[in-house]
Amino acid sequence: MAISFGFTISQTRVVNMDNCDFGKLHQLERITPSFKKCMNCGACTATCSAQQFVSFNIRKVKSLYTMGQLGGLDKELAKCMLCGKCTLVCPRGLNLRPIIMNMRKLLTTK
Amino acid sequence: MNKRYWNEYQKAIADDHYFYERSCIRQTFFPGSETTFLKIMKEELQKDIRDEANQHTCTGIGYHSDIVPIETTLTIVARLYSLMTEAGYTHYVPSCVTSFGIFTEMTEMWLNNPDLLEQTRENLRKATGREFELPQNIAHPSDIIYKFREELKTKMKHQLVNRFTGKPLRVVEHIGCHYAKIFPEKGIGKAEFPHVLAGMIESWGGEVIDYPERRHCCGFGFRHYLLQENRGYSIANSKKKFESMEPYEPDFIVTNCPGCSMFMDKWQYVIAEMDNKTYDKEGYGIPVLTYEEMAGLLLGYDPWQLGLQLHQVQSEILMNKIGIKFNPDEKFRGANGKILPTPDKPHFLKQ
Repeated sequence: MAISFGFTISQTRVVNMDNCDFGKLHQLERITPSFKKCMNCGACTATCSAQQFVSFNIRKVKSLYTMGQLGGLDKELAKCMLCGKCTLVCPRGLNLRPIIMNMRKLLTTK
Repeated sequence: MNKRYWNEYQKAIADDHYFYERSCIRQTFFPGSETTFLKIMKEELQKDIRDEANQHTCTGIGYHSDIVPIETTLTIVARLYSLMTEAGYTHYVPSCVTSFGIFTEMTEMWLNNPDLLEQTRENLRKATGREFELPQNIAHPSDIIYKFREELKTKMKHQLVNRFTGKPLRVVEHIGCHYAKIFPEKGIGKAEFPHVLAGMIESWGGEVIDYPERRHCCGFGFRHYLLQENRGYSIANSKKKFESMEPYEPDFIVTNCPGCSMFMDKWQYVIAEMDNKTYDKEGYGIPVLTYEEMAGLLLGYDPWQLGLQLHQVQSEILMNKIGIKFNPDEKFRGANGKILPTPDKPHFLKQ
């Protein structure tokens, strides 16, 4: 009988940065240059309202977007309720709402 | 002038008169290790080492989890140094690798910033009325065992040799990140060629396994483990190491850090329960020892006094390979002389 520990083992991931497409990242950085200031601390994820109800990790979305791993990100970003709590706690003072909105827009355009 | 690069990889370790600082978590998870270190120092090496009763935490786990501010950590470290100063010692020996990193970091900050040192002196004076001096030498206990490894070898009753095959035991050594990755020059062999555990294994007859993820973190990472939501990431790091070492068929793992010992031992149980997977052939897991336990076993100490029965992965198969005699009936006899209740067995991991 398997025991539930309240967590599962994360799958390891290897990303070859030579093969990544950074086009969407560069577009986002042009529209919202403050995106570069993120230091991946995860305070946004820790305080996220949506994350209380569904599986949603804004820090993970940011990391995947930065590495050009864009598959499925549009569905993930649709979970954000744009409440703005992440903006209140960001130690770098980022306004995450326009960043998320622009990410959504860029992911749905070719 | 020719530069002698190897000099940079050496470390000064005091010869005698040590002030020992105990670890918070080692006394819970490996209760025999610190007692064994003190026994080795006093009885085998005849060294003077002070085991101070009035000591306390170094704040390491709280500090690295951003719960304890640095000013508090500085003052707490200053109080521990004041105990050393009061006892008349100058060689500081913190049992835990996290503490070793904390003491090294705080001392470096004071040496580079005299104003900060004066501010901490003032804080300690206001809070406790105590004074302190900086230690002349900070060494981790594994440094000291490494320094005297050849002397200890002459007293050992066993070697790291498989008595059935006559071949050296194959050992994975894992060094805590805070031993030499924060201040490389404070570790033997720096961060690139750490030799503190490899030196013990080679001197005592074993063979060190050089596997691809040898220098990868054990997965503790403080905040990665402390939040349940992040534990999947913590255990994934340990799993990565186990998968990397599995083809080399290690007989056991030895570590010098309390977090590494704990996680490499306990996560084997969790992975076995979650994925029905062990990293040895027979399904018993790979035993994880502290360097004191390894030294104690070879010196002929009772394995149950060393506390090996408190590990998740049990060590009977390893002890049989080395030729260590033990009494299974005494395994769970408590300090009060009574036999304690036997713990439940895991579902998948054999014991």
